[in-house]
Amino acid sequence: MLQIKSLSKHYDDLKVLDQINLEIESNKTTVIIGPSGSGKTTLLRCLNLLTVPDAGEIDLNGFSLTFDKNHKVQKKKILDFRKKTGMVFQSFNLFSHRTVIENIIEGPVTVLKKKKSEAIEDGMVLLKKVGLEEKANQYPRQLSGGQQQRVAIARALAMKPEVLLFDEPTSALDPELEIEVLEIIRTLAKEHYTIVIVTHKMGFAKEVGDKIIFLENGKVLSQGSYSELYNSGNERISRFLNTLQ
Amino acid sequence: MLNERVLNILQESFFKILIPGITYTIPLTLVSFAFGLLIAIVVALIQVGHVRILTPIARFYVWVIRGTPLLVQIFIIFYGLPNAGIVLNALPAAIIAFSLNVGAYASETLRAAILSVPLGQIEAGYSLGMNYFQVLRRIILPQAFKVSVPPLFNSFISLVKDTSLAANITVTEMFMVTQRIAAKTFEPLALYCEVAFIYLIFCTVLTKVQNIAERKLKLEQG
Repeated sequence: MLQIKSLSKHYDDLKVLDQINLEIESNKTTVIIGPSGSGKTTLLRCLNLLTVPDAGEIDLNGFSLTFDKNHKVQKKKILDFRKKTGMVFQSFNLFSHRTVIENIIEGPVTVLKKKKSEAIEDGMVLLKKVGLEEKANQYPRQLSGGQQQRVAIARALAMKPEVLLFDEPTSALDPELEIEVLEIIRTLAKEHYTIVIVTHKMGFAKEVGDKIIFLENGKVLSQGSYSELYNSGNERISRFLNTLQ
Repeated sequence: MLNERVLNILQESFFKILIPGITYTIPLTLVSFAFGLLIAIVVALIQVGHVRILTPIARFYVWVIRGTPLLVQIFIIFYGLPNAGIVLNALPAAIIAFSLNVGAYASETLRAAILSVPLGQIEAGYSLGMNYFQVLRRIILPQAFKVSVPPLFNSFISLVKDTSLAANITVTEMFMVTQRIAAKTFEPLALYCEVAFIYLIFCTVLTKVQNIAERKLKLEQG
């Protein structure tokens, strides 16, 4: 379980996240939706500490971090927390000087100190899972966007994270390539990974989301299943869901 | 113009000029560039890492070196420092001046190369739980190195020619030797063209090395 308690983040005078409280269940898929600038991405980045919150608490299966502007969180704790979370970025962010398999084993070898041969073996299993084992020795720029994102997913999985975070994983892809990435996320959801995904794909959110969180102006406006949100009677949310159908 | 006497002078002087090129110009270039690169790496990392206290010092160093003529720097170190009680031989003085000079320019090259590595890849490294030094060593530096190769060769080739300034502080490198022969034989045009030609050969070799290095680096990428 990933618990978030009164999490806040400011940039100067701009409140990006305003006292967010959430419980993200293990082995479920949670989808974060909301208009642009609502703080979705910032929230997701806070769950990986790429953005460090100003205040509040995050607890991932008992590993707890408290944020306070005047007391910086220890670097060691931040690194340990990041090892438990896997991040998939909108723009893939594969290491361009490394081959596909080298991208995947980078975390296990450098951070988890796994043996290289072992990491490659595990990495090949993951590549098979995302259907790209024949691309193991190619460089990212030789792959399509969809393939790159699938490698990025395998790279995140290689760390055996307790939660997988997806930041608009398909918005840099054209519709044809989008399908192959969504298919993998769908599979992971079925395998009961703990997933948090920021997306604009309402159809996909409806399909895979066990719980949907609607964010606006840095606050959680509503949360629940898709139908709960849709029938909540909140006109703002219904209109948003309808426009993005 | 190219009568027999001149041809004889050119022939006789060729090795007289080439030998100090091999014993002075080349070592002076290599040693200064190696030290300069070392300085550059440290200065660039300090600036990119925003290391406290050291960052303003690094900026100041680059500002002063880039803002003053190399010849003046050489004179300050060799002719000026004795007034402050620091007396250096000509060769070490030249090495110090060239190293400091290359260090300032190359540090900017390296800084730009480091900043050219996409932020997304750096974040991806952090997201895997890497610390700053792991990200630097595994993600940033290998990519920055590749980007910096052509401009570093630029500095390297410049340095080969800049070493001729050491003639001004009595280092008997190629140009100094040529000046002496020219004074003796009264054939400055032929001799200065000859030494120019030898510099050109040195730089041509370096250009070839650069081409090979660039090809090798690209090959690695497949």
